Amino acid sequence: MGTLGKAFTDAFGLLWNLDPSLVETVALTLQVTLAALVIALLVGVPVGAAVGLARRLPGRWLIVPLIYTGMGLPPVVVGLFTYLILSNQGPLGGLGWLFTPAGMIVAQTIIALPLVVGLTMAAVQGVDPSLPVQMLSLGATRRQVAGVTLLEARIGVTAAVVAAYGAIISEVGAVMLVGGNIEGETRVLTTAIVLETRKGNFALALALGIILLGIAFLTNFAFHRLQVRQGAR
Amino acid sequence: MTAAYRLDDVRHCYGDRCVVDVPDMEIASGEILAIVGPSGAGKSTLLRLLDFLETPTHGTITYAGSTVDRDVPLSIRRDVTTVFQRPVLLRRTVAANVRIGRRLRSLDTKAGDTERWLERLGLTELADAPARTLSAGEAQRVAFARALIVEPSVLLLDEPTGNLDPYNVGLLEEIVRAENADRGTTVVVVTHDVFQARRIADRTALMVSGNIVELSETETFFAAPEDARTAAFLRGDLLY
Repeated sequence: MGTLGKAFTDAFGLLWNLDPSLVETVALTLQVTLAALVIALLVGVPVGAAVGLARRLPGRWLIVPLIYTGMGLPPVVVGLFTYLILSNQGPLGGLGWLFTPAGMIVAQTIIALPLVVGLTMAAVQGVDPSLPVQMLSLGATRRQVAGVTLLEARIGVTAAVVAAYGAIISEVGAVMLVGGNIEGETRVLTTAIVLETRKGNFALALALGIILLGIAFLTNFAFHRLQVRQGAR
Repeated sequence: MTAAYRLDDVRHCYGDRCVVDVPDMEIASGEILAIVGPSGAGKSTLLRLLDFLETPTHGTITYAGSTVDRDVPLSIRRDVTTVFQRPVLLRRTVAANVRIGRRLRSLDTKAGDTERWLERLGLTELADAPARTLSAGEAQRVAFARALIVEPSVLLLDEPTGNLDPYNVGLLEEIVRAENADRGTTVVVVTHDVFQARRIADRTALMVSGNIVELSETETFFAAPEDARTAAFLRGDLLY
């Protein structure tokens, strides 16, 4: 049997036996991913909506290119930056978050945030520019206009969620640097794959990759169903 | 009649170019005022000023006795509603679009009101249809329903029947007249259709290059216009 075939068999075996270390790694992967995603959405969606709606925002000529640049941040650079911030000599060293899931969440949030802001901004800008004015005419407050516009942009905002989720769950460089890939503490699926590859356990590494892709597919399938339902209205 | 609006030396300019320049104008409470004029005359901008969507660069607008500055109280904004020439509907059902104004005002959104307006506008069968599947004429009727369901004191209409067939033009004009007669709604309608102005307006104004050239009782406006430009416009001549 080739490496690929063995990988599928191993992946099935790991899942079937509910391998404890796999369960732990998957659980931490989901925990870090969801926490970073929620924080990125709570901050990024309002900021993206505000920038998208404020077409005469002072400094917009600089803010928008900065957001776009952030959308392409190299994860390993984010990891290095977060490492330096959280290290003992760094400004947030006192928190003791280096080599902990909290530190990994910080790094992942920094990676996801510009994606959420940029794609939400683009989604809001894609809404008919007459809509806010017409809602104001119907008696909406500025806050209500933002809410209605966001709801109209919901398909694009869901795309922002999907992009951020994909960036977080598949990311390896930053979590490796900040988390340290410590078994039982900071090991997630991507860092486990790197480790098993380095050890020459290609089948196990591929098996973990298949599980990672499976989780990503199931989540994205759910997001897509949501988008289809939104688009049908 | 008391004045709904009073405009004193109102100008709205972009740089050196003033698109609205109205030294003195009153709109009486409960009247139907039609504003006609060539494209680019500033009619729609004037409506936006009356809806407090823009603040004039010069002069003052007094609404119901209160001078309105840049910070327009929400209560005044909610007194006035516009039906736009190209209404933008939400990606929701027709009924949800009709209800939106009341929801924004945290008013009771009981089904009865929505059904009544859907029925008056001939939209009952489309109540649960996605609004984005509507034709331009149907969307315009939804826009009327969502504006009228909030029972505004002032209804501003910007080319409101451009997308409609003659039957629906008649239906909407009848509804506008009924709202005006029954509730005393002040109506300002901007229209290219001088016949529509003649059918529904108490007074009619001609606007050219941002200026109100003539404003008089509708019968006088059409039968004996004082300004040569009004006579020319009514003849169908090109005005600048």
